[in-house]
Amino acid sequence: MEVASKKSTFKWDSKIPTGPLTEKWKTHKNNIKLVNPSNKRKYNIIVVGTGLAGASAAASLGELGYNVKAFCIQDSARRAHSIAAQGGINAAKNYANDGDSVWRLFYDTIKGGDYRSREANVYRLAEVSNSIIDQCVAQGVPFARDYGGMLVNRSFGGAQLSRTFYARGQTGQQLLLGAYSSLMKTIKSGKVKMFTREEMLDLVTVDGVSKGIISRNLVTGKINRHAADAVLLCTGGYGNVFYLSTNAKNSNVTAAWRCYRKGALFGNPSFTQIHPTCIPVSGEYQSKLTLMSESLRNDGRVWVPKAKNDKRHPNDIPEDERDYYLERIYPSFGNLVPRDVASRNAKNVCDEGRGVGPSGLAVYLDFRDAIKRDSEQAIRERYGNLFEMYEKITDENPYKVPMRIYPAVHYTMGGLWVDYNLMTTVPGLFALGEANFSDHGANRLGASALMQGLADGYFVIPYTVGDYLSGITPGDVNTDHEAFDQAEKAIVGEIEKLLNIKGEKTILDFHRQLGKIMWDKVGMSRDEKGLNEAIAEISALRKEFWENVFVPGEPATYNKYLEYAMRVADFIELGELMARDALARPESCGGHFREESKTPEGEAKRDDENYAYVSAWEFKGVDTPPVHHEEPLVFENVKLTQRSYK
Amino acid sequence: MSTHDLITVHLKVWRQNGPNDRGHFEDYTLKDITTHMSFLEMLDVLNENLMKEKKTPVEFDHDCREGICGSCNLVINGIPHGPQMRTAACQLHMRHFKDNETITIEPWRAKAFPIIKDLVVDRNAFDRIMEAGGYVTMATGNAPDANAVPISKVEADSAMDYAVCIGCGACVASCPNSSASLFTGAKIAQLAKLPQGAPERKKRVIAMVEQMEKEGFGDCSNYGECEAVCPVGISISAIATMRTEYVKALF
Ligand SMILES: Cc1cc2nc3c(=O)[nH]c(=O)nc-3n(C[C@H](O)[C@H](O)[C@H](O)COP(=O)(O)OP(=O)(O)OC[C@H]3O[C@@H](n4cnc5c(N)ncnc54)[C@H](O)[C@@H]3O)c2cc1C
Ligand code: SF4
Ligand code: FES
Repeated sequence: MEVASKKSTFKWDSKIPTGPLTEKWKTHKNNIKLVNPSNKRKYNIIVVGTGLAGASAAASLGELGYNVKAFCIQDSARRAHSIAAQGGINAAKNYANDGDSVWRLFYDTIKGGDYRSREANVYRLAEVSNSIIDQCVAQGVPFARDYGGMLVNRSFGGAQLSRTFYARGQTGQQLLLGAYSSLMKTIKSGKVKMFTREEMLDLVTVDGVSKGIISRNLVTGKINRHAADAVLLCTGGYGNVFYLSTNAKNSNVTAAWRCYRKGALFGNPSFTQIHPTCIPVSGEYQSKLTLMSESLRNDGRVWVPKAKNDKRHPNDIPEDERDYYLERIYPSFGNLVPRDVASRNAKNVCDEGRGVGPSGLAVYLDFRDAIKRDSEQAIRERYGNLFEMYEKITDENPYKVPMRIYPAVHYTMGGLWVDYNLMTTVPGLFALGEANFSDHGANRLGASALMQGLADGYFVIPYTVGDYLSGITPGDVNTDHEAFDQAEKAIVGEIEKLLNIKGEKTILDFHRQLGKIMWDKVGMSRDEKGLNEAIAEISALRKEFWENVFVPGEPATYNKYLEYAMRVADFIELGELMARDALARPESCGGHFREESKTPEGEAKRDDENYAYVSAWEFKGVDTPPVHHEEPLVFENVKLTQRSYK
Repeated sequence: MSTHDLITVHLKVWRQNGPNDRGHFEDYTLKDITTHMSFLEMLDVLNENLMKEKKTPVEFDHDCREGICGSCNLVINGIPHGPQMRTAACQLHMRHFKDNETITIEPWRAKAFPIIKDLVVDRNAFDRIMEAGGYVTMATGNAPDANAVPISKVEADSAMDYAVCIGCGACVASCPNSSASLFTGAKIAQLAKLPQGAPERKKRVIAMVEQMEKEGFGDCSNYGECEAVCPVGISISAIATMRTEYVKALF
């Protein structure tokens, strides 16, 4: 099978500033071109998405004086998927006095990502992390504190110190409500105009430059045009390509995918994070999976019975018949190994037949010893809402019986390729937050997505967008331009086509089928044979979709299933690209595990000599394989070692 | 470990084909619903069945399906979010219903939350209340070190108790007066507990209360229904705090 149309030398500039790593961002900020305050109001900026990345960007750009239009799918900006993040946000404050520093946060993050991200980006992320915490506290985010009134931290996987700030088990909610409050304030000042229940369906480009978007009003079905000097895509991740994931039901790839089709390269699409601690699947009808925050691994111990098919109640299994396998295999990190390692090990013990629960696809996360050590009250204070959530779903009390957990799709490291300024390969189109591919390499460490989303929105884009805007004439294209006519016509045509198929299978049937192919063949472990099969199967599924899907209702009304149909159509195309990307990378790295590339002990084996690059894919048409580009990664400050958490 | 039971349910679902339609209840029967299913998964099954018969599915709002985004807004058997205390409709499971039970499903009903279609309502009024003053005025990049101002654990915890509001609107739906006081009070109380909220304290409470009235929400007469249905347990003390803050702000 032809994976890609051809390979080519990388012709895009990643714009990484010169100079020593620790000075790059400072120097860049000093050299960047500025838009003077009275000119800012002449520029229109579109921000698509109001999660952490979008809300923080829209608020900050509005404060600077730009005219901002912000869009989201939900009925309120506050409901973006970021709201669901539980565990926490990293920063290099070193309030815990345990030796943390910007350098260490940088190092852990780049190592955690298995050396598949850019040094300069990751360093900048670590550098601005502290300002994020300051910003959020000033907004009134009630982070956890000690009795003296100071902020406290917890530890997260992949780090040997405590640098994670949290607000009970609702950190994402509190950070998003902070950003949302700033957004609301800026809306009141008139600098941001908010469009809720308005979905971006296409990017409008003129001579290859981003000039606006086409959107659909989800209440009336009306197709709208919006022109702008820059478009910021903050539309989140695409984990729902697997059907079952921890993402909210509306999370999707459509906006990013359509930008890809308009010329933006897609970076590392196959890099997916499978989170080790989710509530296991309980039946066919299941519509989503629920995460149990990684922070639970601070106190919970992961185990399975030593014997296969041990059907005893967990509390009846004596200590010496339990295998605390993470503590056994990785004595120095124990239960706090990074996510990819924890997930793969859970799969391994289940594959050996030692999985627990009705399906055999689960392992225990046990709080018995922590409760004995610190009291039930202490555990309740730390994780009360998570335990409650677990009990609501499973009808079991985790204070008394160990939780059952299993890995689930959680986060996508891949996304639109961006340069150091967060600009895609389409001039004027930027991507922030989970929608870009930038900072997490092949595996994201816990508590670093919230950090990245807010870093991008509060502290990076306000500088870098100015650099671009200062070089263009504001308002040179308006919505009468023929590019808008064409884009609108195409969307109207697509909607009509979908509604007229009137086939026999529901959209959900297709989504489930896609999800199964993805999970089985492009999931936790991948091999050449499976990936080739996946490409063929997905491509067949795409054809069937366009002949046999049933999309109900009318175009010009509220119609959730029509929205859903368009999203599933894009997921199907994306799924194929993910399989191609996984096939084009025969090494194992981070969350990408290739059966063909492992050490004698079965651990992932990276191949830095041949694959220390970012894969960036260029669209060539739905029926033509995309072009594979490689952005080489240069490491001048860290030494590449095989990750070891033993 | 609990077992999967299969039950039959009879649904009475509110169908309304747009804001100007009068709307009516429609009856559906679903068989073989496993009790491990969530309430929204049961509605997914209903919609799948309808679409297999080429009929128009029931519109309902949902997103996170884990009780945090505040999207879901179903009145189940007359109770906003249904029978289980401190549980959003999306976290409710079918094990709380009996075999052959009749279940009525309606949207929030309040003047300030007009119905868009079926079970979907317009809650933008909540955003406008926040816009009126639910924030601390500070520009990005301006903040002092996060530990510069100590905040006692007790105050921080109490602020957090109010901050967890998910903005769902169940409090309004449950209130005989359709008052938005619990929602508005929660934000006012959160910021009143924190030093960062202090400078705009007076301005905030007046602006938010005025906006609440402008949107057509009713007054609070201390029925307490809101607290009972709130999926995250926001205490009615938020309303008392809002009142004291309001009175203080007038003088
Ligand atoms: C259950 C869970 C727990 C997590 N916990 C943590 C944690 O503890 N720490 C951590 O660091 N990370 C965590 N993460 C990851 C983190 O929450 C996300 O990566 C991050 O919040 C993404 O933010 P975002 O702003 O990029 O996108 P999102 O928050 O997903 O926002 C996307 C926005 O785009 C809008 N949108 C999408 N498409 C369109 C369109 N076509 N038109 C208009 N609008 C559109 C949506 O309406 C929404 O407003 C967690 C993730 C999950 C799933
Ligand atoms: S106070 Fe409770 S019921 Fe009211 S909006 Fe907030 S979470 Fe919902
Ligand atoms: S769907 Fe998010 S709270 Fe119910």
